[in-house]
Amino acid sequence: MKRMLKHRVFWPVVALVALILVNTISRPSFLRITIQDGQLYGSLVEILRNSAPLMLVALGMTIVIATRGIDLSVGALMAVSGAVALTIIDASPNPEAPETLVLAVGAGVLVTLILGVWNGFLVSVLGIQPIIATLVLMLAGRGIALLITGGFITTVNSAPYKFMSQGYLFGLPFAFYVSMAAVVIVVLIQRRTALGVLTEAVGINPEASRLAGVRSRGIIWGAYAASGLLAGFAGILYSSNIMAADANAAGNLIELDAILAVVLGGTSLMGGKFTIAGTVIGVFTIQTLKSTIVFLGVPSPVSPVFMAAVVILVVAVQSRLVRDAATRLLRRIRSTGTKATTEVAS
Amino acid sequence: MHVDTDVAPVIEMRGITIQFPGVKALDTVDFTLRGGEVHCLMGENGAGKSTLIKALTGVYPIDGGSIVVAGQPRIFRTTADAQDAGISTVYQEVNLCTNLSVGENVMLGHEVRRGGGIDWRATHREAARHLQNLGVTLDTRSGLFSHSIAIQQLIAISRAMVTDSTVLILDEPTSSLDRSEVEQLFGVIRDLRDRGVAILFVTHFLDQVYEISDRITVLRNGALVGEYAATELPRNELIARMIGRELEDLTEISSSATRAIARGGAPVFSAEGIGKKGVLEPADIDVYAGEVVGIAGLLGSGRTELVRLMYGADRPDSGRVEVHGKAARITTPRHAIDHRIVFSSEDRRAEGIVGDLTVAENIVLGIQARRGWLRRVRRSEQDAVVAEYMTALGVRPADPDRPVRLLSGGNQQKVLLARWLATAPELIILDEPTRGIDVGAKADIQRKVAELSAKGLSVIFISSEIEEVIRLAQRITVMRDRRKIGELESAGLDVDDVIDFIAHEGQESVA
Repeated sequence: MKRMLKHRVFWPVVALVALILVNTISRPSFLRITIQDGQLYGSLVEILRNSAPLMLVALGMTIVIATRGIDLSVGALMAVSGAVALTIIDASPNPEAPETLVLAVGAGVLVTLILGVWNGFLVSVLGIQPIIATLVLMLAGRGIALLITGGFITTVNSAPYKFMSQGYLFGLPFAFYVSMAAVVIVVLIQRRTALGVLTEAVGINPEASRLAGVRSRGIIWGAYAASGLLAGFAGILYSSNIMAADANAAGNLIELDAILAVVLGGTSLMGGKFTIAGTVIGVFTIQTLKSTIVFLGVPSPVSPVFMAAVVILVVAVQSRLVRDAATRLLRRIRSTGTKATTEVAS
Repeated sequence: MHVDTDVAPVIEMRGITIQFPGVKALDTVDFTLRGGEVHCLMGENGAGKSTLIKALTGVYPIDGGSIVVAGQPRIFRTTADAQDAGISTVYQEVNLCTNLSVGENVMLGHEVRRGGGIDWRATHREAARHLQNLGVTLDTRSGLFSHSIAIQQLIAISRAMVTDSTVLILDEPTSSLDRSEVEQLFGVIRDLRDRGVAILFVTHFLDQVYEISDRITVLRNGALVGEYAATELPRNELIARMIGRELEDLTEISSSATRAIARGGAPVFSAEGIGKKGVLEPADIDVYAGEVVGIAGLLGSGRTELVRLMYGADRPDSGRVEVHGKAARITTPRHAIDHRIVFSSEDRRAEGIVGDLTVAENIVLGIQARRGWLRRVRRSEQDAVVAEYMTALGVRPADPDRPVRLLSGGNQQKVLLARWLATAPELIILDEPTRGIDVGAKADIQRKVAELSAKGLSVIFISSEIEEVIRLAQRITVMRDRRKIGELESAGLDVDDVIDFIAHEGQESVA
């Protein structure tokens, strides 16, 4: 029990379970899952499906934050990859062909990978503060996307492209498999190789790591490149969902949700120790919260306030200060209670 | 003590005690500062100099003792309390606003007011007057950033004098100044002294201590050693009092110093004229297989600077380096590590351990960094390496999964030593590996150094404790004022010989 309490993802999981409970109590159908034509339907399935883009972005953000950095450009990069992919499909004589799909997706993520490399170059080679370095593409990225689409919202028809976000495989949304595959690959790369521990070392103490011979430049550079690549895939999923490349709406403010997911999951913005499992929980928490807002019928102008209130609550529960204060308060109540009884007894 | 007590003290600190978690930073220390004197506070790192200054400037509350300023007992809760009592401080890192003008900096918080606003013309006139008092003529409307550090120091001093301070504390003001700038600063200090200001001066440069100070107070390990008139305390006496004599039961190691070293072939490492402008004058150093070369000198003498340049932690701008007789280029730590040279920094916490990682992760970090991220050290291999070195060095507690930040300083040092020894180096540079750790751990580390060097490992060993250097090293490189001033064979040397050498060697040629 004590071990469980001390585990890093314990409190994030508590927050997620509490949120699901609130939903279930207010609307018992929340947990209901129905099967139609061999496919699962229900609120929980929708949460799995809709969380995919945020999951990809948050994975990259976790690694970047572990190096003491931050990547604000992810939302804009999503717009870029969507624009590249849809422009290629749009121009293709054969939009339904699998080759077109591979080319479109490949080109989309290649471009964002390059932009991620650019971010990494600014941070690790030129030594620009991450928040400023990635602000450049956060602002310019949507411009690049608009340039690619010629200023229009490109819309296409392509069944295979649509499948990525809206299709089902073995009863579950395909997008969910994409996000889970990314989680597994990132975990394998970080934990099976030494990349994870070296990333943490660089994030915890950059100077000590440098003197220990860690090639911190490459590690930091790689983190931004990975973040760019993952944001590219997120942009593909987003554009596949609406079958349009909307340079302004794609990934709008997702960088903030991603940062929030990382923090909710228990990874510190100070860098260092990170937990992918925590980030996964954090993403599900945010996505559940968004569904909650819809379920509870919170009017949309008020929804940011509602979201903020819940986030404050969740973060407060995780704060050591608040937790310690609560423990002390409990102890005091208990001890005054026993004191009162002993006084009565004497 | 031969201290002239004619002048009434401006500051009397009596029985000052400051307790930090687990350690007494200051233990019943007395300190007296009189008007019209320059008083140097001396002591090695960790002696309690800065703690005493922080007690006097209201940064730290005192746990015991009393502070009397101009006859009035005072309790300083904040730095503002100390400033109200007429105590001003100029720090090593100039704490002025570089984006404001000279005049704004001098008068900040004391601007001349008229009506509801500030009379800028009068404010600048006042600023110019205060600067003029120190013999400095400047355009007060020029930006502070456009002036050198030396001028900024003078501006900081005149800012302190705006409040009619009776006490001026100068904390290492000269560390980034060149010779002529120091002269200018000293001129101002003498002038202020003659006007009756009491000046407390902290520096690591011995020559400057004797040049400027009237009186010297020496601290060691948080306790007062004594107060002396500068003319009555010869240099070697001063150094001996700063360093102290620790007699430890370490006789078994003493054979290390007399071990014969074959210096026939090419040295494992040699550097000729390695230096960096403003950091270290070009110096030569070499070390042979199985040799322990000690570096002696006071803090700030350039010993850390020298080894950092050797390791590529800082980039040297002069000099030639050879490894095993072949020219080598070492400008980053990676280059050094590729040549099997490793370095353990004196700043364990900031530059050594990776606090949140476990003991085991910290130990294999050196090997892992060498291999790169793709070739992960296998769990079984890690366990074997960690177990071997934790036992060999006696790391306590023997729990490889504990975050290293929870270990004591001595055990963290052992973890760092393990990290480097596990990479099978040919030369290991240890900068103050025994500082601030308990006697037991100290002996463990010394024994390990003696044992490994006897097996052929080359070691460069820096320590403030000269006895330790004499005991371990066969040769000693001596540093002073960021210069190498000579080299000694340690066989037959005692501490006094080394102190004498530090104090006097080459002094005439400098003066």
